[in-house]
Amino acid sequence: MDLSFSPQDLAFQAEVRAFLKAELSPQLADKVRHNKTLTKEDMVGWHATLNKRGWLAQDWPKQYGGADWTPVQQQIFDDEASAAGAPRIIPFGLKMLAPVLMKFGSEAQKAHYLPRILDGTDWWCQGYSEPGAGSDLASLKTRAVRDGDHYVINGQKTWTTLGQYADMIFCLVRTGTEGKPQEGISFILVDMKSPGITIRPIILLEGTHEVNEVFFDNVRVPAENLIGEENKGWTYAKYLLTHERTNIAGVGASKAALAEVKRIAKAETVRGVPLADDPYFAARVAQVEMELDALSTTNLRVLSSPDAAVSAGSISSMLKIKGTEIRQSINDLARRAIGPYAMPFVSEALEEGYNGEPVGPEYALGVAPDYFNNRKITIFGGSNEIQRGIISKMVMGL
Amino acid sequence: MDFTHTEERQLFKDSVARFIADTYTLDARNRAAETDLGFSAEKWAQFAELGAIGALFSEEDGGFGGAPFDVTVLFEELGRGLVNEPFLATAILGGGLIAELGAAEQKAVIEEVIAGSKQLAFAHGEPKSRYDASHVETTAKKSGDGYVLNGAKAVVLNGGAADLLVVSARSSGAAWDEDGLSLFLVSGDAPGVSRLSYSSIDGLHAAEIRLENVTVGADTLLGAEGKAWTAIEKVIARANLALASEAIGAMEVARDMTIEYLKTRKQFGVVIGKFQALQHRMATVLLEIEQARSSVINAAGRFDGSRVEREMAVSAAKTLAGKIGRLVAEEAIQMHGGIAMTWEYAVGHFAKRLVMIDHMFGDVDYHVARYVALSKEAA
Repeated sequence: MDLSFSPQDLAFQAEVRAFLKAELSPQLADKVRHNKTLTKEDMVGWHATLNKRGWLAQDWPKQYGGADWTPVQQQIFDDEASAAGAPRIIPFGLKMLAPVLMKFGSEAQKAHYLPRILDGTDWWCQGYSEPGAGSDLASLKTRAVRDGDHYVINGQKTWTTLGQYADMIFCLVRTGTEGKPQEGISFILVDMKSPGITIRPIILLEGTHEVNEVFFDNVRVPAENLIGEENKGWTYAKYLLTHERTNIAGVGASKAALAEVKRIAKAETVRGVPLADDPYFAARVAQVEMELDALSTTNLRVLSSPDAAVSAGSISSMLKIKGTEIRQSINDLARRAIGPYAMPFVSEALEEGYNGEPVGPEYALGVAPDYFNNRKITIFGGSNEIQRGIISKMVMGL
Repeated sequence: MDFTHTEERQLFKDSVARFIADTYTLDARNRAAETDLGFSAEKWAQFAELGAIGALFSEEDGGFGGAPFDVTVLFEELGRGLVNEPFLATAILGGGLIAELGAAEQKAVIEEVIAGSKQLAFAHGEPKSRYDASHVETTAKKSGDGYVLNGAKAVVLNGGAADLLVVSARSSGAAWDEDGLSLFLVSGDAPGVSRLSYSSIDGLHAAEIRLENVTVGADTLLGAEGKAWTAIEKVIARANLALASEAIGAMEVARDMTIEYLKTRKQFGVVIGKFQALQHRMATVLLEIEQARSSVINAAGRFDGSRVEREMAVSAAKTLAGKIGRLVAEEAIQMHGGIAMTWEYAVGHFAKRLVMIDHMFGDVDYHVARYVALSKEAA
């Protein structure tokens, strides 16, 4: 047992810090820290900055242009980048599609798509959920019917995150109706500019446009866009769920959010005394910090031991449940910390270039919206109830 | 960064685990708890032979371990077996203080501890101290070459069986001062020492101890007069590390028993593990135990760092052990139902130990408040 970083890891940490200092603009960091709206240019620009350094595809093998970092290195980067206020890496192409392509894609698909993910040519979005297929994803109905060397797709996807910027969408579609629902699903790549695709924004409860509905009306997709075999899509999607373990706990982002809570609690005062010194508030912060500190170690334990006693899928479930619960309790602390200034809803003040009269402290503006926005994290990616079900079955055999 | 044990430590862990699994039964343990001694002298001798006591002392003190991860590895196994032999009182607390502060001749006793032939206790807490480790009203007055001790000590673990007591007393200062605390080695049957020994609800033994004009020589003073606080704090930190580790072992047994029960107990024609209301709660139990384990790893890994780093990590580990221990104990009983309410069924005994661990050396509330205070020191 040794919790300290190796000299190589320490050197890497120093390198990451120097990089962030040189490349991350204070304006962008301020936006992230105060939960202001990031433009597409902000996100694309940060990807490009990372790509220039060879640090965008952190867990990809070198042969595909990845950094091939160890899990510990990825965690170090995540901690440092989050603490510095760097935007998160948009995961759809890099972390969700790419592993599936590498494992199940054809050589031609890999050669075409992977470089375009790296250089930003293709912005990917995810076409999984449907109005009738949420937690019960396998009940999805969007149909793909083979017609010569094309598939013709009809149906609707929803909760398509940042789909408004997307060039491409990877979809789970129904190609068969025999057997169990899981057995008739295929994994296919679709150009968002295809005729017959309509995208419509969904405005979330805190007023932001983050997700969309995507409609497919006789959309013709070349058959070469199918990943692997027809009707095997469920296997590929599940592979992704068990493969993706790094960062599922969101430790770096939670640490940064907790640090922001502490900054707020020092600035807010109760009868002239910093809120940070209020014993009740301080005790709540302390307990979340203890939990987060333990989660950080749980995360590293998992990442550093590929042969963990419990199977990979259920470990992802544990990290997801605990990580999201902790994150939500940090959102709750932040919301309480700002008191009545949780109420003003001046969403234009979160946009770039706002120069209206300020309402309340700057740190307060994005807090309540973020609290409401982050209710999503225990719902998406398999709700926490679904995750508990997975643990029950996979670990406990119930 | 490496989360595996050294081969040597893993072998030691396995040998203790095997010894407990093969020879240590809950029935015998509970019977031993009802004797005056409060544990099995035979088992204690066997643990000594196995090297389990020596593992808690450094080589220079005659042991072959003593590192923080030796403590966690051993106590986790002790927790799994619900072992009530006095590892904590004799080796960690009494032995630990002598190892920290003892002069060469005083340290001779450690050899007897490791051999299993000497029992110790740390007579420190008092009726009004609760968990405040610096609260000592017992007095030590200089008298001739030695000292006269007067006071009362509360819930002293292993206090009845101890051959030698490590007694804390105040040489100077007010009741809660860290400065002015002294430690003395006092024979358990010294004139003026009276002991009321009793069993605890979780199967250990403790004693209320009165000290009335107990006269001790200068050679019984452990370390410098009035300067014992630093060692006391550190040894209590080790005790909390041990307890949090013990809790993990006990939690895992309670968890496994409960999962097994969910798979076998039928109601409404199905095994009750098919009910989602129970599945989801069990999943929570599972992942919370992983959190408790991580906090113990943090505490052991940071134990030899700065004082604040060590104490914060220890308070965090003890907080999670207290919170999650209670969760596991209560859920194990609830999900088992009536059977867990019986003395005969094992899970209740694990539940009692888990809940009582929170009452030793600081409960959740105490450690959260302490963590807050330490955070300010760290800032």
